[in-house]
Amino acid sequence: MNAPYRARLNREPSSFRKAVVPIASVLLGSMTPLLPLVVSAPVLPPFGLMVLISWQILRPGLWPVWAGMPFGVFDDIVGGQPVGSAVLLWSVILIGIDLIDQRYIWRNYWQDWFIAAVSIIVALAGGLAINNFLVNDIRLSVLYPQMILAIFTFPLVLRLVARLDRVRLKR
Amino acid sequence: MAPPRKRRPGFSRKAQLQIFTGYLLAFTGAFAGLLLLALSYFDPAAFSAVRSIAAEVAAPPARLLTGVRVSTQSSWREVSAYFEAGSKNARLEREVERNRVRLIEARALKQENRELRRLLGLIKQEGRPVATARLINSSASSSRRYATIDVGSRQGVQRSQPVRAQRGLIGRVLETGPNTARVLLLSDAENVVPVRRARDGVVAFSQGRGDGRVDIKLIDIGINPFKVGDVMVTSGNGGVYPPNVPVAIIERLTSDGAIGKLLANPAGTDFVIVQEMYEPELADPDTGTLPPVSVAPASTAPARRAEPAATPAPASEAPLPPGTAADTPRP
Repeated sequence: MNAPYRARLNREPSSFRKAVVPIASVLLGSMTPLLPLVVSAPVLPPFGLMVLISWQILRPGLWPVWAGMPFGVFDDIVGGQPVGSAVLLWSVILIGIDLIDQRYIWRNYWQDWFIAAVSIIVALAGGLAINNFLVNDIRLSVLYPQMILAIFTFPLVLRLVARLDRVRLKR
Repeated sequence: MAPPRKRRPGFSRKAQLQIFTGYLLAFTGAFAGLLLLALSYFDPAAFSAVRSIAAEVAAPPARLLTGVRVSTQSSWREVSAYFEAGSKNARLEREVERNRVRLIEARALKQENRELRRLLGLIKQEGRPVATARLINSSASSSRRYATIDVGSRQGVQRSQPVRAQRGLIGRVLETGPNTARVLLLSDAENVVPVRRARDGVVAFSQGRGDGRVDIKLIDIGINPFKVGDVMVTSGNGGVYPPNVPVAIIERLTSDGAIGKLLANPAGTDFVIVQEMYEPELADPDTGTLPPVSVAPASTAPARRAEPAATPAPASEAPLPPGTAADTPRP
């Protein structure tokens, strides 16, 4: 009589799911430029980075500090930036968020959003600076639509990642 | 959220070392990024193999989804066309009648044009089409402007072949894989195209701005001759791009040139054509073989050359027999 209940007691979430869901979600986010979307200006938010930051904000310490390097390589290969750009920028951003995590321990939602917004701006502007390293006039205004779109879709991504976190830890 | 407990490892040597190694790896990662960037600068083709593998893997689903996107767009167009089928049909029939006459006139003009060009010793070398393709995706989140087309080296596509759509130039091929190729779009900041004004041939450069528009930069410094609405076409200087392909229409004037809107918007094109690379040097040896061909109409040439130079000749005058044109007295 107790057997069906016993099977549901004292269980652990699947360790495979626990490890794979965050990684797969970041890689999927990086793969959004492969969608059949042809645009003549950068508009698509950097979803890979946004998912990465969301996990870091929801579960500090989930990623090792060096996680920006492997994810960055994948994002560069898929996304069209010169290889090395996301490796550098994402590593710097993750180190920065790690420092913030140590210093400002109790944060509210708006502060998290602000941190994410600053990270997105750093990533996009850094990407532009790297791309146009040799061009003498850098027009940041090209990026405004993408920045605004990314900052305002971040809460949605955060929600989605929170959902994924429930899936990840489901018993 | 509260930080995890492993931030304070206590006296555990192993935990302390683990944290230290983590930071070491993170900074090494950032430095590796710098090195990779340097490599990408000095050898832009360094990662093209890896890139094309990724593109090849992603191409089949992207092609499928592109098909779905295009077919939904066109089926919607078909449905909406039913709403005004009757009046549209009548209008189109009238237009067909008118166009048939114009077509005949245009054919005659084309013939005349060809003869005149032969006389001038100009051979218009059209870039022969290599392949027809679809744009399947683009670097939508990067500030570089690339697009992927679904043909590659197996279909004969090679590096730096021009890519055009029906309405104008799209860009040129940058990297090829077996079945996909990456196209550098006109709006990329590193894509510089020699252009001229279609009306009178004012020479300029077009350089991408990264937002779907191009900077038109004058070569001669002086009074800015551009006007809003001028159409720029490729000049064919320096090869790669064949001449007389529409590029941009001028939208706004700046102090040293203008800002142009691209005529062929990559987002709105279904199919693109990859053409052979334009090589202006090849036009010269061909001119040697021409004079025998153009012996017959040479007598009518002076009279004809005078007419179209002033204004685009009215279409009705074109199909006149050559004898009457030569007999008319000239002022």
